[in-house]
Amino acid sequence: MVLMLVKFDLKKRVKLAQTVWFMYWFAVMAGVLVFSMGLFFKIELRKRSELMDNNESHFLPNLLIFMGLILCGINGFGGKVCYDSLDPAKFVKWKPMLKTFLMFCVGFNVLLLLTALLCFLMRIPLQFTLAEGLKNGMKFYKDTDTPGRCYMKRTLDLMQIEFRCCGNDNFRDWFEIQWVSNRYLDFSAKEVKDRIGSNVDGQYLMDGVPFSCCNPSSPRPCIQLQMTNNSAYYSYDHYTEELNVWKRGCRESMVSYYGGLMNTIGALVVLVTMLEVAVTIGLQYIDSSLSTLVNPEDPESESEGWILEKSVKETFTDIMANMKAMGKGGKVDEGGEAGIATVS
Amino acid sequence: MVLLKIKFTQQRRVHLAQGLWLLSWMAVMWGAIIFCLGVYLKTELLRRDEVMDNTEIHVVPNILMMVGLASIGTNWVASRVCQDSMDATRFPRWKVLLLVWFAVAAVLCCLLIAVVVLSFALQGRLEESLKVGLRNGIRFYKDTDVPGRCFQKETIDRLQMEFRCCGNNNFKDWFEVQWVSSRYLNFTSKEVKDRIRSNVDGRYLLDGIPFSCCNPSSPRPCLLYHLTDNNAHYSYDYHSEELNVYSRGCRQALTDYYMQLMNSTGPGVLSVILIQISVLLSMRYLQTAMEGAMGLEDPEGESEGYLLEKGVKETFEDLKVNALTMLKFGQVDPNDTEGSSEAAEKDASPTPAS
Repeated sequence: MVLMLVKFDLKKRVKLAQTVWFMYWFAVMAGVLVFSMGLFFKIELRKRSELMDNNESHFLPNLLIFMGLILCGINGFGGKVCYDSLDPAKFVKWKPMLKTFLMFCVGFNVLLLLTALLCFLMRIPLQFTLAEGLKNGMKFYKDTDTPGRCYMKRTLDLMQIEFRCCGNDNFRDWFEIQWVSNRYLDFSAKEVKDRIGSNVDGQYLMDGVPFSCCNPSSPRPCIQLQMTNNSAYYSYDHYTEELNVWKRGCRESMVSYYGGLMNTIGALVVLVTMLEVAVTIGLQYIDSSLSTLVNPEDPESESEGWILEKSVKETFTDIMANMKAMGKGGKVDEGGEAGIATVS
Repeated sequence: MVLLKIKFTQQRRVHLAQGLWLLSWMAVMWGAIIFCLGVYLKTELLRRDEVMDNTEIHVVPNILMMVGLASIGTNWVASRVCQDSMDATRFPRWKVLLLVWFAVAAVLCCLLIAVVVLSFALQGRLEESLKVGLRNGIRFYKDTDVPGRCFQKETIDRLQMEFRCCGNNNFKDWFEVQWVSSRYLNFTSKEVKDRIRSNVDGRYLLDGIPFSCCNPSSPRPCLLYHLTDNNAHYSYDYHSEELNVYSRGCRQALTDYYMQLMNSTGPGVLSVILIQISVLLSMRYLQTAMEGAMGLEDPEGESEGYLLEKGVKETFEDLKVNALTMLKFGQVDPNDTEGSSEAAEKDASPTPAS
């Protein structure tokens, strides 16, 4: 009981081959697109790797790049086979490998679908990586004289300006760490000594934020120091002041940025998977229609095409039986030898 | 004495038509690119519209867009003419249109050269416009409660952060204006009263700058206030501190940005000029060669193609005479009767002698 049987004459076969060839070229371009998306994602991760402690996983972009390259390869090959299918002489040399190629395509489509799923799920580990990375980044903000960390201040400032965010969860994270370098603190001043004495670690903590947290939309000039002291500024109430600094935390804004990027890539990969499935089915029809010619010598004879020779259940049991036979094939040899040894 | 005569066989004519067809389609593509460049330049200028005082510089992208569209149309017509040139029955109908076409193509080339010249010549006007626009922007920075100016603060802040600049010429411009709104000043405090009394206009001036001037590359947290007071901050010297705020003025930064943008369109415009000129010359050769061929008994024989029928000087004289004749047509009528009677007398007088 074949699956989705369709009758073909010469005209229909030619049209099918042309359509599938056209679709294969689209699929090659889709492969290039997946490759470039993987490359773009890799570059974006690299750009902010300092904020992620250089610890971020490049598994997903590498996988996308690899998949993109393989897509280009198999779709180019498939297109060539379609082109040759119109000429019986040329098609004969491709015939033997076609079955294995189609099996490989089916397996690859499953992998593509898994990649798409991975795109949607990678958001979660990214969240943790970012939280750790940002916390450490903020700790090293003041170390502009330590080799290896001297650009952390610039990186964090530019990131807070670009992503319109402040701190890890919110701006109060800056109150809990010392972000002013000791080189610029006058240790003989009373104010500095008080602040340092006020906590266990001897850190200069203050209720202020760096300038990069400032919100340009605020109607008043930015208040970044002595933020919790209402009397330090005229007509200022830090509970109701909303536009002064960015309210959003940087972890949230970066997760939503990368999450959005990954969702888009995931959706694109799903679309590419659907295209791949369509061309695989098309190639299967071409293969089956060219192998069931009523009169093998006459290229204009009628033929039939299908997706599966038997029904889904029977094909599945066939595959299982084949795999068991292959598994037993290895075991039978040993048993056979032992049997022969015991017999002889 | 024809100018640059070339002999054309039938095959050569066919090759010329094919080559010109390809060239004109390439010119159509380049025309589209020029149009897109014009649109991009215009968009960039419009984005910073608020800090520019006048729109004189907009003439460059406007001409680019116009020339781009005209070039697409002109070169499409050229490709149609090429297609028809091989057919003796269809080619003659383009005869009159070709004269117009040559004029339009020449005007396009001149406009493109004008664009290149203008983009350099208008640099001074652009700087002036930016100077006035930025000065107003800085003056109205504090007016976040005045309708029509309430976004000036955000615009200037974003501009300074994006272009990494501060003030008009440099950061000291902020010392000369009141950029803190009076709503946030405590007029009962001594410090405020002192500052207001210290200048004629009663403005609250301070040696401080907005946060958007801060340079993220500075190793120390940004110092915004009391910039000229070395004692206000630990280990601070006003004269040697370089990285604290951006040292470039916004007028310079914006002018550099726009000049760079217009210079980068330069090579594209120059290549379009070259392509247009080659299309024009090839079309002239094709026209004269085809007309010569159609005049022969054997349309497939050899013919001559040339740029000008007579030399440059003679052609110019001819054109002058034609133009004057056309101008005289309007003036001749009242003198016509006098002229004809004089001519009749002149005709009568020599006859007795001969």
